[in-house]
Amino acid sequence: MKRDRLRDHIVLILGAILMMGPIIVAFTTSTFDPVEIHREGMKLGWGGNFLETYKEVLFQKGGFSGEVTGALMTMNSLILGIGFAVGKIVVSMLAAYAIVYFRFPLGSFFFWVIFSTLLLPLEVRILPSYEVVQQLGLLNTYTGLILPLIASATGTFYFRQFFRSVPDELLEAARIDGAGPLRFFIDFLVPLSRTMIAAIFIIMFVVGWNQYLWPILITTDEHYFTLVRGIKQVLQTYIGANIPDYNEALAMAILAMLPPGLVVIVFQRMFIKGLVESEK
Amino acid sequence: MTEKTLVLTDVVKRYPNGALAVDRVNVDVNAGELVVFVGPSGCGKSTLLRMVAGLETVTDGSIELAGRVVNDLEPAERDIAMVFQNYALYPHMSVRKNLSYGLKNRGLPADEINRRVEEAAEILEIGAFLDRKPSQLSGGQRQRVAMGRAIVRHPAIFLFDEPLSNLDARLRNRMRVEIRKLQRRLNTAMIYVTHDQVEAMTLADRIVVLNGGRVEQIGSPAEVYGDPASTFVASFIGAPPMNLIEVGIEAGRAMRDGVALPLPPSHDGALPAKAIWGLRPERARVGDDGNGIPFTIDVVEELGASRLLHGRIGGAEFTLQQDASAPPPSQATTLLIDPRDVHLFDAETGKAL
Amino acid sequence: MKSAQFDSRFGPYLLLLPQMAVISIFFLWPAAEAVWASFFLEDPFFGTRVFVGLENYVTALTSDDYARAAWFTVIFTAVVTLATLGIGMWLAVAADNVLRGNNTYKTLLMWVYAIAPPVAGLIGVMLFDQHIGPLVDFVALFGHEMQVGVSWWDTAIAMMIVASWKQIPYTFIFVLSGLQSIPNSVREAAAIDCRSSIRRFWTVIFPLLAPTTFFLMIVNITYALFETFGIIDLMVKGEPGNNPKTLVYKVYLDGFRGNDLGGSSAQSVILMILVLALTIVQFRLIERRIHYS
Repeated sequence: MKRDRLRDHIVLILGAILMMGPIIVAFTTSTFDPVEIHREGMKLGWGGNFLETYKEVLFQKGGFSGEVTGALMTMNSLILGIGFAVGKIVVSMLAAYAIVYFRFPLGSFFFWVIFSTLLLPLEVRILPSYEVVQQLGLLNTYTGLILPLIASATGTFYFRQFFRSVPDELLEAARIDGAGPLRFFIDFLVPLSRTMIAAIFIIMFVVGWNQYLWPILITTDEHYFTLVRGIKQVLQTYIGANIPDYNEALAMAILAMLPPGLVVIVFQRMFIKGLVESEK
Repeated sequence: MTEKTLVLTDVVKRYPNGALAVDRVNVDVNAGELVVFVGPSGCGKSTLLRMVAGLETVTDGSIELAGRVVNDLEPAERDIAMVFQNYALYPHMSVRKNLSYGLKNRGLPADEINRRVEEAAEILEIGAFLDRKPSQLSGGQRQRVAMGRAIVRHPAIFLFDEPLSNLDARLRNRMRVEIRKLQRRLNTAMIYVTHDQVEAMTLADRIVVLNGGRVEQIGSPAEVYGDPASTFVASFIGAPPMNLIEVGIEAGRAMRDGVALPLPPSHDGALPAKAIWGLRPERARVGDDGNGIPFTIDVVEELGASRLLHGRIGGAEFTLQQDASAPPPSQATTLLIDPRDVHLFDAETGKAL
Repeated sequence: MKSAQFDSRFGPYLLLLPQMAVISIFFLWPAAEAVWASFFLEDPFFGTRVFVGLENYVTALTSDDYARAAWFTVIFTAVVTLATLGIGMWLAVAADNVLRGNNTYKTLLMWVYAIAPPVAGLIGVMLFDQHIGPLVDFVALFGHEMQVGVSWWDTAIAMMIVASWKQIPYTFIFVLSGLQSIPNSVREAAAIDCRSSIRRFWTVIFPLLAPTTFFLMIVNITYALFETFGIIDLMVKGEPGNNPKTLVYKVYLDGFRGNDLGGSSAQSVILMILVLALTIVQFRLIERRIHYS
């Protein structure tokens, strides 16, 4: 248990190849010329087409219809990721504060209503959700894209869990020091939740960035396409073509995975902590 | 007549689930006095303290602080300061901010806040780490900061809720002395809650012994120790506790398994047939000439300055504390007891007779 | 709940307002709508509705297409859940044993967590492509020509591989943190009692991981049922045809491609009941965990 064992290293190296291999191949292949890929298959190594391909995808034809660039889609992805994370944190922190720190008659009723949203993932109520957003005239808007995703209660639960772990004496000491509900929230809970907020932000950013089903339904105007939403578009041009633009399709995939991947790696420690502790 | 800082009149706490935590308690705290609430866990001592602080609502009765009834006031409006068992320091604020936060909320001018913080820092010798966070402090330092937060408020009364229970034994002894010195120096009334009878004895001007939400006895340490009002007080105050033996009273003598035990001189007359006979462990001597009450020794504990002899009188367990300089007795010996040291309690109610 | 709380007349309602507004408009209303619509037959051209009672449910549950999708969903979920658990746990145990390079391995093994399912699906499409896919070449070494998108079984297997691959990091992260929370003294006591490290794992470590394992099982089942939508959508290349599909994917197809609002809603409600059952199981487990820890 204290020694490094050869067998474990072998298992881990094979595991790393299993997990990272496809991504590396996807990246290296994207640097080749499509004709060469079509002839020889996916390739390891450096194709030399890197700059051209990525420049084209980013600044010319990200949506593959020529109407929207990869840069704009990245922008949209950021808006969705950040908007979703921030919205969720604000809304759920306030709700969790009410549930944990206030004595009021309907407290447990609200708790159960919020809880019930965990029972029905978006995937099982897509059609009616779509119709509601349509009736509100929110198709092809950022609001329509982001707000319905915030409806689920996961964030509220994370914060409820965290607030409950804050010792009661802290509130008591603060009350003796003259802090009312608003003061306590701003002077105590927000600063104390900093790590928690950061961890949830990271998780929610990745979740938001990676949304697929909802953007497919809500955005038909390419100017609102996110990178992940654009992946479906990539595929459609792929089908018709004689020699599909494999390189550009893969470049899009790499672009779509890079920001959330970087966030997860850079904030690895905080990310793991947030993920594991919030699920308890 | 001395001025009263705090007057508790028929204070009752009943929780919504019906549990009675505090049952008609009447206690006064005089100006500058240090009163200790002591009792086992669940006796209501902390609840009572928190009611004074305003952290628990008052079911019935009145709490009068510095001449006004404070039952319905917010904690911040009560002119109290509290030190919590786990200190409840604000983990995200520096020591300085911890001390000044409450003053700022009260709208004190900045220079007055600074003056008070510096003053408290000097008294408690925490000036060197005013800019550190609580997590960077040792247990003893945190304790001082918690007291500092109380001092800067210049309250009418200090409320200390088991403030030393998170410290190790050595530090606890030192802080105990410091708290006493501090309280003398500030000359401010204080309620100090503890389950540790040593702390109660050493700190208190007066002790309030609580049991099951009721007051068992109120008195100076000497009174509570020397003249316990009940078997509960007798066994809770003093270590090792008072020896308590169930006896039958026959013809003016206390009998246990055929052994006669002396009765206190004032109680020759009307006594019930059964009683509980009590004697402090240090109040018996080993008889040197075979006279006295037979005592069989099972275990001897050497404590350094003194020695504990655990054994039996008749069938009943009995502990004797003697000076370590006395010669260790043989296994079977006899005890000499001064009847004036003997306590008698009612067998049913446990109250002193 | 907390013993220390504020009393305030309007405060809590004000704080709950944003969350409740969003939930009511985008959750409660659509959910009620789904249940309501499941009892109607809607004509997409004339916009008329006819109440048909449970007919949509009967139609859904008795159709061959639904049965096939249900059957595939069961196999798909079982394979993905078990493969993910097995491989993720194996890797976590190895990573827990290793001291040197631990962090590098961790980084490499969890990166895939950040990849969106459709992106994973697109990479899967490429890897299993008839022309350029290296995995097709690899399988050809064993004499089988993989035809993803054409052969039902080949497509199904490719989907399972990609879906499992995507979820391994999650399992890995949780098992590893579960392993690292086992106190060293317990491992040392076990090392004194038992010489074989494999036996030690199965008799001491694995039972201690049981709560984590159960939790992951539920999470992975939920993942396989719902979150694989993007993978499947990409791997069938938007041309479902006779390709394997899960129940969730079928809800989407019938609702948005087939314009069968009632049927799609009925299927939604059936899935809701399934999720409800899973949640109840999950809660039972959490309760147990609280009791025993």
